[in-house]
Amino acid sequence: MTKTKTGFGWFMGLVLVLGALALVLRPTPPSTTPDPAALAEVREATTGGAQTLEDILRRQQGLPIDDSFRRSQLDDGTAAGMAQQLGTLGGESDSEVWRALRYGYDGVEVSAGGPVARVLMQDGGMTWLQFREGPLVTYGGGLLLGTIGLLVIFYLLRGRVQLDYEKTGRTVTRFQFIERFAHWMLAGSFILLGLTGLLVLMGRLFIAPVFGLEANALILTVSKFVHNNVSWAFMLALVMVFFMWVWHNIPNRTDITWFAQAGGIVGSSHPPAKKFNGGQKIIFWSVILLGGSISVSGLSLLFPYELPLFAKTFAVLNGIGVPGWLGMGAFPVDLAPQEEMQFAQLWHAIVSFVLMAIIIAHIYIGSVGMEGAYDAMGSGEVDEAWAAQHHSIWLEEIKAKRAESGTASGSSAAPAE
Amino acid sequence: MKAMIAGFAAMVVIGVGAYFVLGEMGFSAADTLSSPNVRLD
Repeated sequence: MTKTKTGFGWFMGLVLVLGALALVLRPTPPSTTPDPAALAEVREATTGGAQTLEDILRRQQGLPIDDSFRRSQLDDGTAAGMAQQLGTLGGESDSEVWRALRYGYDGVEVSAGGPVARVLMQDGGMTWLQFREGPLVTYGGGLLLGTIGLLVIFYLLRGRVQLDYEKTGRTVTRFQFIERFAHWMLAGSFILLGLTGLLVLMGRLFIAPVFGLEANALILTVSKFVHNNVSWAFMLALVMVFFMWVWHNIPNRTDITWFAQAGGIVGSSHPPAKKFNGGQKIIFWSVILLGGSISVSGLSLLFPYELPLFAKTFAVLNGIGVPGWLGMGAFPVDLAPQEEMQFAQLWHAIVSFVLMAIIIAHIYIGSVGMEGAYDAMGSGEVDEAWAAQHHSIWLEEIKAKRAESGTASGSSAAPAE
Repeated sequence: MKAMIAGFAAMVVIGVGAYFVLGEMGFSAADTLSSPNVRLD
């Protein structure tokens, strides 16, 4: 009946091509795997078996080191006794005490703060900070800017996806009020959370140097307040959206046709679709799965140290053998409380960046990228020409229901609101 | 448009409500992670 060009296929193709190019052309990272034998040899030659400058530098850079020789040198009774010449308090050398504290072997007693306060030294904090201010900001920010750039290029090449036929003036209700309400609560909260999250992550790097630390502190305080409290609206809306739309987003055979025709851009036939087409189902499941993961890690951050996630997750992944698939060593399962929070923060941010990139594309397609798409979430009413072009099976189902219920005129010019 | 405004309004109400309710219930991280000897305000 109609020829449809949603443009989504072009966009996905462009993303895939650029993704493949980035994968092929990426620079080879330098090897960070230490050679334990060589390091031990250097250690023996330069310090007589104690750690070397290279060990210290590697540790400060967050690179893997072989510290087993240090971990094993605890309470070995070789230090001079307290009463002897050069003796230390308790008959333990200062180095042994500090090593025990670093590796968490010593029984630290605290009057407040529980297990968190017992950790006096936590090397992972530096690794976390460097990753947070380095690759996370660089690649995360690059992903968002790259997505926006791709969409601009796509828009310039493809233009707006127009309706192939004139509007009929007859409308069908695409989304009820409660569906649009939940969508906009989810959308509004996600945008606020995204912006405030970016401010928290990048404020010290980009705002403080320009506007000063005081301004940055104020912005961060407000951002943190908004981020923490608006998160509940996001989670509630996520649950609402899931239950309202999950039935319509179960993959089926029409999706195969839809993807085979790249949303209608390849070939001359129109890919039929039900209420949600294949591309929209990808958006839905991305929001549910990634948004769910962001919510869980966010809850872990909202209630610090109360909901540790990663030691258990890593244990499960190790049990399945996932690290081996990736060519990595076993994931750490003995994590300090602070490390749990650091992993939660990184995971929260990484998944959020991915979802933000997807949502930017979603916003594009739902606004400037496609004629008539906004009406679905604006008034809830879409023109029959639009419905026929993009969701032909769904339109036929609506018409059949109308015919059954006796409202055979099949039109509704009145808006839903 | 009404649905959008209602959604945004609900987001604000839930956010403000969460702040007061969770604070009253003692879920403030600052309160939880400090001893009585720490002056927070």
